[in-house]
Amino acid sequence: MSTIVDAKGLSCPQPVLMTMNEIKKVKKGEIVILVDTDTSKENVSRAAMAQGWTVKGVEPEGTGYRISIAKD
Amino acid sequence: MDDPNLIVGMDRADDAGVYKISKDLAIIQTVDFFTPIVDDPYMFGQIAAANSLSDVYAMGGQPLTAMNIVCFPIKMMDISILREILRGGLDKMKEAGVTLAGGHSVEDSELKYGLSVTGIIHPSRVLTNVGAKAGDRLILTKPLGTGIINTAIKAGMAKEESVAMVVHCMARLNRDASEVMQEVGARACTDITGFGLIGHAFEMIQGTGKGIVFYASQVPLFPEAVNFAKMGLVPGGTYRNRDFRMQQVDIDPAVSPYLSDILFDPQTSGGLLIAAPTEKAGKMIKRLKERGIEEAALIGEVVDDHKERIAVVLNN
Repeated sequence: MSTIVDAKGLSCPQPVLMTMNEIKKVKKGEIVILVDTDTSKENVSRAAMAQGWTVKGVEPEGTGYRISIAKD
Repeated sequence: MDDPNLIVGMDRADDAGVYKISKDLAIIQTVDFFTPIVDDPYMFGQIAAANSLSDVYAMGGQPLTAMNIVCFPIKMMDISILREILRGGLDKMKEAGVTLAGGHSVEDSELKYGLSVTGIIHPSRVLTNVGAKAGDRLILTKPLGTGIINTAIKAGMAKEESVAMVVHCMARLNRDASEVMQEVGARACTDITGFGLIGHAFEMIQGTGKGIVFYASQVPLFPEAVNFAKMGLVPGGTYRNRDFRMQQVDIDPAVSPYLSDILFDPQTSGGLLIAAPTEKAGKMIKRLKERGIEEAALIGEVVDDHKERIAVVLNN
């Protein structure tokens, strides 16, 4: 089961902060982050990688993106 | 506009308009205002004023008078905030030897402040953003990364000393840099603001048939900027500037994407980008440092090959 962080409608750095908080909380596993701008898509992916997580996939969803990140 | 006295007008994407009054005198006019980028209203006033004055300095001129431009949500915000902003602006004008001649304010849902500035210059001394020749060295007078650092400040992740350094740098006048470039002799100049280093550098070569090479490792950066870019604390403007110019820029794979991002980062009250003849570049750097502009650095050169393209390499 992956947790979902819904950062739609929020501008940076908010989605990045929400992602980092979730990473700190769950420590490993899978997280899905929902964003709705290209800036947030790129920043959230960077934030995940900087924390040692892998970006598994970025798919368009609605007017935004669904970003899946994971860490074993 | 078909006025022979208009030396620099709208057609040139330059920093300010320049209009010839007599054979010895031209006026420089510019206007700029924006929303707060720091929490401290006094510092915001200083930064906004320094930013507005910079357009006159970038033309090599001397600012004389200024008018305040204010948009203020009077029903939602305490008037003391506006007083502090205006005090900051006025202190910066005093430092620049500029007289406040008036201003205009409107009620707005979002706070904005800036200046309309009038300056003077000898018509033959005007430094536009074009005129650089192949072989000219490019000198930058302030570190890059204010957009990224400001995003990190919003995220509460910037160290106190970084915040202080960025605020101090944004509030610093480009006057000394401008005086040095006029004294030593420059061929072209622009200030680095919203389009970032690469966007404004482009304006220097557009339509000229010249190209530019930047040495990424020599570009002065705010400490932590690369790290924040890596962490995803990048403003949308940086990505937009990058995507807009990417087709005209060749970045060496040795330059990390986080470092190259900073070359696209929109700057608030950024430094001057000066094109200096090769034989004068060393002296100009030396004089800039003597005037306290420690971060001044030679960051690239104008070239004859790769027409109207910018190459970014790691070292020269």
